[in-house]
Amino acid sequence: MAQIFNESANTLVRAGLAGAVIALTVLGGLGTALYRSPITTQVGFSKAQPIPFSHQRHVGGNGIDCRYCHTSVENASSAGIPPTETCMTCHSQILSDQAMFTPLQESWKNDQPLEWTRIYDLPEFAYFNHSVHVAKGVGCTTCHGEIDEMRLTRKVPTLHMAWCLQCHRNPEKFLRPLDKVFDVDWTPPSDQIEQGLQFVAERHIDTAVLDNCSICHR
Amino acid sequence: MASTTTPIPRALETVAPLMAPGHTFESISRDITDVVLERPMPRAWFACLGIGVTLLGMLGASTAYLFWEGLGLWGINNPVGWGFAIVNLVWWIGIGHAGTLISAILLLFNQDWRTAINRSAEAMTLFAVMCAGIFPLLHVGRPWAIFFILPYPNTMALWPQFRSPLLWDVFAISTYFTVSLLFWFTGLVPDLATLRDRSKGISRYFYGIFALGWRGSAKHWFRYEAAYLLLGGMSAPLVVSVHTIVSFDFAVSVIPGWHTTIFPPYFVAGAIYSGFAMVLTILIPVRVLFNMEDFITKRHLDNMAKVMLATGLVVFYGYMTELFYAWYSGNDYERFMMANRIGGPYAWAYWCLLFCNALSPQFLWIKWVRTNTIPLFILTIIVNIGMWLERYVIVVTSLTRDFLPSSWGTYAGTIFDWMAYVGSMGLFITMMCLFIRFLPMITIFEVRIQQDQLNRNEIR
Repeated sequence: MAQIFNESANTLVRAGLAGAVIALTVLGGLGTALYRSPITTQVGFSKAQPIPFSHQRHVGGNGIDCRYCHTSVENASSAGIPPTETCMTCHSQILSDQAMFTPLQESWKNDQPLEWTRIYDLPEFAYFNHSVHVAKGVGCTTCHGEIDEMRLTRKVPTLHMAWCLQCHRNPEKFLRPLDKVFDVDWTPPSDQIEQGLQFVAERHIDTAVLDNCSICHR
Repeated sequence: MASTTTPIPRALETVAPLMAPGHTFESISRDITDVVLERPMPRAWFACLGIGVTLLGMLGASTAYLFWEGLGLWGINNPVGWGFAIVNLVWWIGIGHAGTLISAILLLFNQDWRTAINRSAEAMTLFAVMCAGIFPLLHVGRPWAIFFILPYPNTMALWPQFRSPLLWDVFAISTYFTVSLLFWFTGLVPDLATLRDRSKGISRYFYGIFALGWRGSAKHWFRYEAAYLLLGGMSAPLVVSVHTIVSFDFAVSVIPGWHTTIFPPYFVAGAIYSGFAMVLTILIPVRVLFNMEDFITKRHLDNMAKVMLATGLVVFYGYMTELFYAWYSGNDYERFMMANRIGGPYAWAYWCLLFCNALSPQFLWIKWVRTNTIPLFILTIIVNIGMWLERYVIVVTSLTRDFLPSSWGTYAGTIFDWMAYVGSMGLFITMMCLFIRFLPMITIFEVRIQQDQLNRNEIR
């Protein structure tokens, strides 16, 4: 019986099999890495806004409280984007002739809101409420990072479910005294865990149900 | 195998021979490979393939519509969340068990009569497991998210529920498929080499690649024997474990009629029972159509029928145990469950299943039935229907009547349930037809070894 394959066929098949395994591993690894990388999660990215609003100027520089603009953060699920009127409390007087404020002037003149681009975009199937987090002592900077140093607002967390769960499973690592929630300079003390556990108890945070599916997926 | 000739035990002298007399090594290879390489396929094969492809098309169409429209097309509801999908899954997985039993357990027990039937039985196992796999995929409702069931590191910081038998099922069935495929393929290698050597044209390369360069050297045979025996050893526990875990899907819950310790052995016996019925359903026509009566003799039919009888009796015992313990437990819910099965809205299914699975196999005590193809064929069809009904009764009667009368309901499959079920048979028939067309349905070299043993009077 004549040979139908020559000797190189062995090498070809072996190389092919090994290549397939390697290719699958590499592709899988690349996919996994890409899914977690800032390219997908947008962590560290800012987005184009109608006005290059700087939290560094307003919070870090002027020391304006978060709630001056984000008025509903203590009472509602959305923290609230300020209306043009809030901006105009200062900018009707200050820097109002600058070119970058043209969209603000337009908005004021035409009675049309400014359209900001959302940076923290949670999927629709995740229920999130700002007020309960604030009431139980999760500070603004815990999720939004060093907002007082951002010239342009950028995304800090991945918003992956794993990120939510690191606090929902161990809230004591992140909770603060209630009067420090809006403090952008607060840093965890050395006995954070003990304090945190005390806060968990005092504020009746039921850790047994905090990572139930239906807490966020209602 | 003893090298010296041992006298044949008296009891064996009356049974039909393992193989028709007058065969040579050459005639064995020729008869089996000619089906693939030379002879045109009989008309019945084209008819079967036509039916299979049509039903497969129906499965594809109904599945596409199901994905588009959602699971509301099926009859499942609250409280019956498991309907046809689970019934079909268990039914198909059960059917697969005969292949593994024949190829692994009978191999380890040195049962010579497995030789002529193991290849097709193993192929049947693979195709049955494929058919089974369709149903959980469809039943989750979001098939594109089915990979959630696998434990892989993810950005949700979640693992599947390791305490759930549904997850064990995923591992049991995927292990089963992988090991069965390897076992089947390993057994095919020497025969693929035979096909490579006998075929002409482009198909030489197809068979040649999968023959893995088999030359039939002593070293090849030595390695083959070791690998095959090892795989046999690995497959043997799967015969018991897979359906045990499938039964845990029910038994680990607390629903009356499901939460019982008899389930694992009763399911395993039922699986082998239905599997052998399906092997017979396929082989009875196939051996005639492709002139394989020389190799698949009445002896094989007789033996398979005996296995069916034995496992059928275990299944019957399971039914009786369920009845007895429902009463003996003194538990109101269990007693009600049984009364509801016997006389409730699904009593027709229960009585049909008793007829199909408990009464009809009793005919297998008669040798005439075991060795005559027509009655045996009819009986295997009845048993296949019965085994489907068994799962239907288990799923539906318990779910429609649980602890709270306020949550009672009714269930009936819709046209789309039937299309998926019958369509899965289309997949099975199509795969079986293609298998027969392109691969040797009987293990050529094992039959040749058997011929050698027959020549030496070592077996009969």
